[in-house]
Amino acid sequence: MRRTVILCGLVAALAGLMLLGWGCSKPAPNEPLVIGGIFSITGPASYLGEPERNSMEMVIAETTGKGGVNWRPLKAVIYDDEGDVTKARLHAEKLIQKDKAVAIIGPSLTHTSMAVLEVTQKAKLPLISCAAGSAITAPAKDRVWVFKTPQTDQMAVARIYQYLQKQGLKKVAILTVSTGFGVAGKEQLLAQASKFGLTVVAQEVFGEKDTDMTPQLTKIRGTDAQAVICWGTGPAPALVAKNMKQLAMTIPLIQSHGAASKKFIELAGDAGEGIIMPAGKLTIWNQLPDNDPQKAVCKEYATKYTAKFKAPESSFGGYAYDAMNMLLKALQKSEGNPSKIRDELEKIQKFVGVSGIFNMSPEDHNGLTPEAFVMVKISNGQFKMID
Amino acid sequence: MELAPLLQYLISGLTNGAIYALIALGFVIIYHATTIINFAQGEMVMLGALCAISIYHLYPSLPLAFLGGVVLVTVVGIVFERLALRPVKDPSPITLIIITVGGAVFIKGVAMLLWGKEAYNLPSFSGDAPFHMGTATILPQNLWVLGLTAVVLLGMEAFFRFTLVGKAMRACAYNPRAARLVGISLSRMVQLSFALSAALGAGAGILIAPLTLGVYDMGTMLGLKGFCAAILGGLGSSFGGVLGGLILGVAESLATGLISSGYRDAVAFFILLLVLFIRPQGLFKGDS
Repeated sequence: MRRTVILCGLVAALAGLMLLGWGCSKPAPNEPLVIGGIFSITGPASYLGEPERNSMEMVIAETTGKGGVNWRPLKAVIYDDEGDVTKARLHAEKLIQKDKAVAIIGPSLTHTSMAVLEVTQKAKLPLISCAAGSAITAPAKDRVWVFKTPQTDQMAVARIYQYLQKQGLKKVAILTVSTGFGVAGKEQLLAQASKFGLTVVAQEVFGEKDTDMTPQLTKIRGTDAQAVICWGTGPAPALVAKNMKQLAMTIPLIQSHGAASKKFIELAGDAGEGIIMPAGKLTIWNQLPDNDPQKAVCKEYATKYTAKFKAPESSFGGYAYDAMNMLLKALQKSEGNPSKIRDELEKIQKFVGVSGIFNMSPEDHNGLTPEAFVMVKISNGQFKMID
Repeated sequence: MELAPLLQYLISGLTNGAIYALIALGFVIIYHATTIINFAQGEMVMLGALCAISIYHLYPSLPLAFLGGVVLVTVVGIVFERLALRPVKDPSPITLIIITVGGAVFIKGVAMLLWGKEAYNLPSFSGDAPFHMGTATILPQNLWVLGLTAVVLLGMEAFFRFTLVGKAMRACAYNPRAARLVGISLSRMVQLSFALSAALGAGAGILIAPLTLGVYDMGTMLGLKGFCAAILGGLGSSFGGVLGGLILGVAESLATGLISSGYRDAVAFFILLLVLFIRPQGLFKGDS
């Protein structure tokens, strides 16, 4: 009698274990899908990371509120890499191993993205970077698992040079920051100049946290440059603008798209007047003609963001917003399988986002053209579309 | 062609150098009274800039912002000495120096919480129209920096030479025990030295904010450069510190302009190492 009881107990326990095991191997359908995020929320690039995190959380909350993707709720796990390569890499590993993310959005910077993509490529996990460097997704053949939403520096350079050519300028001086963003920009500026009939007569570099660029600008002042192109992010480009005023330089200053934010206007103050730069259409969405397909998307994002965070929207947040929305589209058909997500991302066509109209392909994991940029000029403390 | 940019490098170098000099003076004063290096000095610069900017946003008057910033940071300096350094049971210099490093990290963290990670602008004291000096240009703000540094330096020198309190502070530096024997309160002098150097740091921060913007992490690098300047000048003398600052500023600017922009920060630390290896007592032998 006793033996049967024990036997029954054993059988029941075994069955229980098997059930448990079965339960583990196949998650319940409404267990949340984890989307990873790595942004530079603090540190010198916090102006990128903060709106990116906000935008990602905003889309996730909205989707979960609507019942999730195919009734599976989403969960965002977001880490702060502080702009540090090592931290970014560690966070990527944590997202893959511990959090079991199905895809990762970020990082915010080119050099952190380059570090993270090595990890995600190995783990075969889709990564949608929010950094501008074109090297992140090029060549797409080698970067099978990597996508990115921001316009590339290659497009920004092409757009600036198109504009300069139209103005009939021939000689430019370039002043670039020594981070990944600046190095990649410099490469493009030098490579594309001859195509637009331009000569680079001076190339200078400054540190991300430098506070005085007058020596570099003095050198440029001694050349016959007809315009200065500054490639940087954060407060430094605003200081370049101030320093040019200080040196009484009157040639036009052209900033990269990295400076296209309201914060730049605020920091540069009076010295910002007349500065020209390429910007995503979000920056001047209310100046767009009504037949521009991006106008509605930009308007929706700007209204939602400002209402939720009581802060002005920025192109940077738009990168994460586009990334999240494209990922949602891919998730609908892929049941949380990373490899299917990747395939779906690559198939995205005519996706109207905040940063442009995306046409992904196996050869192009960014999917934008230089037309994603408009040229804007700062006048009376506002961005004005000029080209 | 050769001379024109040189003058410009000199101007920008002297402006930065004057700021380093003010920070170096802060190091020198505290070293005088306590023989410790206060690594939180750079953070006082940052606090000065950010406090002044906040005050200016509340009530847009530059003189008020300047005074308010200096007073607030002076109070911070006194409180820092009171709470972080005075209660230490074993006040050996190395313990105290490590505490100042910790204090610097703490102050920076608090500033990040208070002001966030963004940079802020402070308007120039008297406009942004540059003066032309031959081929070079100079901003009114550069003149403010240079002028006020000179005034402060002379004021400090007069204070140490001609006032009773100043003499008492010097006495503490020369021989603390003898100073105590003649009735000078050592702890009061230490406190005064922290107050003075915090005020100097804050002043430097407010002076440079219109040129470089104010941001929570600006203090660390400036503090290190000020430290280099103080070492260059031999830590003992105020004039040495000021000269050290000016030399450092000009060297940086020349290196950026003539060699390559990448060498800017390297120059400061290269000079520091060189001095420590070859002439550890500083270029200008300290007078104490």
